[in-house]
Formats: sequence, structure tokens, C-alpha cells
Amino acid sequence: MDLSLIIMQLLSGIALGAVLVITALGLTIVFGMLGVVNFAHGALFMIGAYAGLYLASLTGSFWWGLLLAPILIGAFGMLIEFVLIRRLYGRSIDDPLLLTFGLSYILVEGVRIVFGSDGIPFPTPPQLVGVLDLGIGFFPRYRLFVIALVAVVLLVLWLTLEKTRIGLIVRAGARDPTIMQVLGVDIGRVWLAIFGLGVGLAALGGVLAGPMRSVNPEMGSLVLAEAFVVTVIGGLGSIVGAVVAGLMVGISISLVALFAPEMATIVMFALMAVVLLIRPQGLFGVRGRTA
Amino acid sequence: MPKSGSTSKITRRTALAGLSAGAALLAMPRLGRAADETIRIGFPTPLTGPFAAEARDQVKCAELAVKLVNDKGGIGGRKVELLVRDDKLNAGEAATRTLELIEKDKVHAVVGALSSAVQLAVNEVTRARGVIYVSISQSDTINEAKDFSKYTFHEALNPHMTTAAVARQTLKKGMKVAHLVADYAYGHEMLRGFKRAQAAIGADNVGEILHPFGAADYSTFMPRLMSMRPDVLCISNFGRDQANAIKQAVDFGVKQQMKIVVPVILHNQRLAVGPDVFEGVVGGANYYWGLESQSKSAAAFNAAFKAANGGAIPTDYGAYGYSGVGSLLAAMQAAGGTDTDKVVDALEKLQYDLTKGPQHYRKCDHQSVQSVLVLESKKKSAMANDNDLFAILANDAGSDDMLRTCSELGHAT
Repeated sequence: MDLSLIIMQLLSGIALGAVLVITALGLTIVFGMLGVVNFAHGALFMIGAYAGLYLASLTGSFWWGLLLAPILIGAFGMLIEFVLIRRLYGRSIDDPLLLTFGLSYILVEGVRIVFGSDGIPFPTPPQLVGVLDLGIGFFPRYRLFVIALVAVVLLVLWLTLEKTRIGLIVRAGARDPTIMQVLGVDIGRVWLAIFGLGVGLAALGGVLAGPMRSVNPEMGSLVLAEAFVVTVIGGLGSIVGAVVAGLMVGISISLVALFAPEMATIVMFALMAVVLLIRPQGLFGVRGRTA
Repeated sequence: MPKSGSTSKITRRTALAGLSAGAALLAMPRLGRAADETIRIGFPTPLTGPFAAEARDQVKCAELAVKLVNDKGGIGGRKVELLVRDDKLNAGEAATRTLELIEKDKVHAVVGALSSAVQLAVNEVTRARGVIYVSISQSDTINEAKDFSKYTFHEALNPHMTTAAVARQTLKKGMKVAHLVADYAYGHEMLRGFKRAQAAIGADNVGEILHPFGAADYSTFMPRLMSMRPDVLCISNFGRDQANAIKQAVDFGVKQQMKIVVPVILHNQRLAVGPDVFEGVVGGANYYWGLESQSKSAAAFNAAFKAANGGAIPTDYGAYGYSGVGSLLAAMQAAGGTDTDKVVDALEKLQYDLTKGPQHYRKCDHQSVQSVLVLESKKKSAMANDNDLFAILANDAGSDDMLRTCSELGHAT
């Protein structure tokens, strides 16, 4: 087995991991800050793909779809938080879980009614069609773009959280919401924004995945499972954990596919089982955290 | 991924509800002749899940077959009714629904199922109760002696027929062939068919990769497939797996290096990912509406379907619903009713031509002998309209030579 093949395989693992990171990120941020396990995350990923496709065909450009869909669906997420989830803060963690679980069925069925249950084509943007010759092999331009874009999103997110005043409020709010309220910060608005951000990231993941997979109403269910596995491995609520675990899972799947392809899906769950045995709180999780 | 979600727990409440419903059913007086006169056909099919698009076309076409018979006064004056049930692509669900159809709805025969595993579950139930079952799933095993019963008929093509026809059109002696195969019955059977055809033609196998059923991402298999440097890549999977696998193979530039071939090229999946992705992909099919230029039966079937469905065209899997139900109703017509043994006898003798030319059920294993199409997906600029998806490369007339012999399948000859 030559080295170039292994490098190509690593690269496809990183590209796969990039999509996992972006979807797991929204899930973990919402859990970390709000203590809400969002079971509608996969459905919102799917809604994001449909919105991106719809906006792209409306404006005639993929790039508008990529920009507007996360914003629009993020705003929709804020609406969900404001109308539904807000009422359940302070109650058992199961309540928002059940609410979002029900919501996911409504969203999937809604898309089936509006767009039909058949898959619909989501063309790759013309600038990114085809492969790039890397010297050791060919790699799809679009997947390289996905890696780059996810890296940029992560950087912006990190800088915002670590270096700005808004980031400071968010971090403080996650640690002690009561003190924040005493200090005069309207924590409700922070939570609203965070939930919107989480949903926006899910939608971004959906638009990015669109040109790589067929777009259909059930495309989110598998993604939800993957995002949960990544979140659990990385540690619930940990942003760094989601990034590390996402890439780790992507690369593991890819390398296992090289030697035992039929095991490619199972490896993700095996990895989770091992991590849970050795470090139950996940790689970067905090022990005993209930948010 | 469709997983068995039917962990049905029997609580006291459901048990009570079930018991009282059963009691009500027993206590209900016979409705007399009126109920007996309707001929009921059970139709389990995966209306939800990854094969939903194909399943819905099957239902539309099965309903059409029923309607055409009813319009002509039914069978011996009896109306026909189709009872559609969602099998959810789950063998357990399918067995339960089929049992219900037989025990509760008192169906006279069952037609349907799309997935290979599900058809075996349906067949188990119908076989044990001596009910006729016409399968429209592409799988071989149902025709083998161990799963066979005299009540079991197989209307769909089987892997052996399609892979042989596709291989004849695409493989040549000395060519290198690689396989990407879904890791379940359907994929395994198609792989076996292709390898047999390859061996006969003299093409070389350079590698095979099994992928998990229902996978969304195939990128991790691509570098290895390309490093095998084959001339032809055979992708043997079904439904959305086919769309995703071909789409991602094309993204990796696979088509510049090799030809992509599939055992069965799916109408709905071609629609789902668009012409550019499928361009040049070759695959087998039981039916394509464009056959109407060569076949009067196809033209008549298209016209009837269009009239009933607002001008839409019938699809490949839809045609199975039509010919599966249609052949059964024709046999009932010939048998003059629903007496199971007489209908079985009539099906064995039946010569029918519903969608694409003459067909008949082979006596030993009840496999429908029929023509096989080989299609090539057209490029966008060559499409005359939105429905103009494929070019017909070959239309191999049906013959017993296409099938594995009766003795190979374990039947007494």
C-alpha cells in the first residue's frame, strides 16, 4: 500500500470530518450554553439544505444560498427558541429533548408535503466542479473548499468567543447565568442568540453537504446520529472537543475504509464506546456537568 | 438508516384493545354475498424510507392495473380492491402487515415488496398459509428451491438476468473490473451475477469493496477504487445509495478514468441527482417509457398511465406494480375466480404482454421470463425533454437461456 494512497485517504477523512465538525458544533454549543439537547438538529440540517437549494435557484447563485440559508434558518431557530423552548428552561432536561424530537417529525413531514419525498438534485457550484491534481492524486475541488470554509468558520467563532465582549458574556452566561442577570445582562437574549447560532450552523452544514449528497427529507436523521457521536466523544458542550472528535471520527472512518470497508460505519460507534469506557465525560468534557 | 423500530411492547391496554377488536370481529355477522364478491389483493410496499419514491410508483401502477380491470366489469362480475400497506422496509413489519392482510382482511392474493429481505419475510407468511404471492423485488433467492412454494411467483427481473445483460454491453475480454457493493443480500447477489458474467466474458476482477447499507458518504472508498485502476466500476446498490455513490464517484473524477456501470439504473435516482452526474452511466432495467417507439404494449401502458396520472410517465419500478398485479388478475380472469389452485395453474400457463412484450412464468421456479433493457443515461444537451433520460442500448428478448437452470436452483427437473 503506497504512501500517496494513505495521504489521499487522510484528506478524504479530513473533508468528511469537516462536515461532522460543523454539524456537531451547533449541537454542542446549544447543549453547553443552554442545556438543551436539540433532537431537531438533524431536521434543521436538512431544512438548511433545502433552503440553500431554494435560495440558490431563486438568486441563480450557490453563494447566495450558502450565505442566506444559515441566516434565515438561524432566524427560524430563534423563533423556535422564543416561542417553544424558552418555556421549558428550568425544567427537566427531558422536556426540551421531547419537544425538539417532536419538532423534527413536524419539520421532516412538512418538507415531504412541500417538496415531495423524492430526492432533488443540488448541483455543485460551477467554480468548484471537478478535481484538483495534487501531484499524488486527484481530489474534488468542492471538498477542499469545504475544508477551508469550515476552518474559517471555526476561526471566526473562536475569535468571537475569546476576544470580544459578546464572547465574554456568552462564556460567563454558560458558567453562571444567575450572576449574569444580577450584573444586569439580559441572559434571555444571549440564549436566544446562541440557539439561533446553533441552528444556523446546522443549516450551514446542510447547505455544504447538499452538493455532496442527494438532498431528501430523511438526510438529517443519519447526520443527527453522527453529530451526537462526535459530541459525546468530544465531551458534551465542548467546542474544542467537537472539532477534535469530528476530525478524529472522519479520519478513523477513512482509514478503516481502506482496510476493512464494511466496518467503516461501525468504527465511529466503537470509538465512542472506547472513549466512554476510559473517559465517560468525553475527551474535553467536564465531569458531572449537567449545565 | 432504516432500522427496525418495531420493538412492539404489549401493554395491558393494547392487549385489551386487541382482544376486544378480535371479539368484535368474531361477533360480527357475515355480511353475506356482498363482501365475498370483492376480490382483495394485498400490496405491502415500503412507502416510508429510502425506497419510498420507487414504492409510490409501484402503488400508482398497481392501482392502474386494478382500475383497468374494474372498468371492464371486474373478474366474473366481481370488483377488485387493492389493499396497500406500508412495510417500512422492515422484514418484521412486512410479516405483520402480510399476516393482517391474510387473517383480518381476507385477501385472495398478495403482490408486492421491494427489498430482497422483505420479500422473503412476506413469502414466509404467504407460503405457510397457502396464499398466492407475486413478488416484485429483484432478488434471486426466492426462486431457489429452499424458499420456493407453488404459491410463490416472481415477476421482477433477477440479478442474474440484469447483470448478464449489462455485462454483455459493457465488458470485453481482458478488461479490468472493480466493484463497489452494498453489504446486504441485494448487493451480494448482484456481485455474484457480475462475477459470473465477467468470468464468461474473460474480464479480470481487480477488487471489490463492500459498503454499509444506507451510507451517506462514499468519499472514503474512492481513492482506493481509483488506485485499482479499473476500466469499469460496477456499483451494485439500490435507491439513494445509488444516487449518492455515483454522485461522489463523479466528484472524485472517476468517470474520466473508467466507465460506471450499475446492475439496475433507477429512474427516480437519475431524477434525484440530475443528468450531469448520471451522464454515460449504463445499467439494466425492466422498463423505460421510451420503449414505446419499439413496443405497442409500452405505448398502451404509457397512455393508460398518463390518462390516470395527469400526464406523468410510468417508471421502471412502477411497471413492476402494473405487471405484477396485472398478470395475477389475468390469471384470475382465466381461472374464472379466486380458487387458489386454479389461479396457480392459470399463472403457470399464462402468456401475458402488459408493458413491454411477451412474458410467462417458468414452470419450475415461477420466475417471469421477460426482456431485459440496457440503458445509458443521456447527457443534458442530448435530452429532447425532461422525461428523455435514457438511450436504449439493448432490448434482449426474454428466453429461458437468460435464467439459471432449474437444476442449478435446486428444483427437480
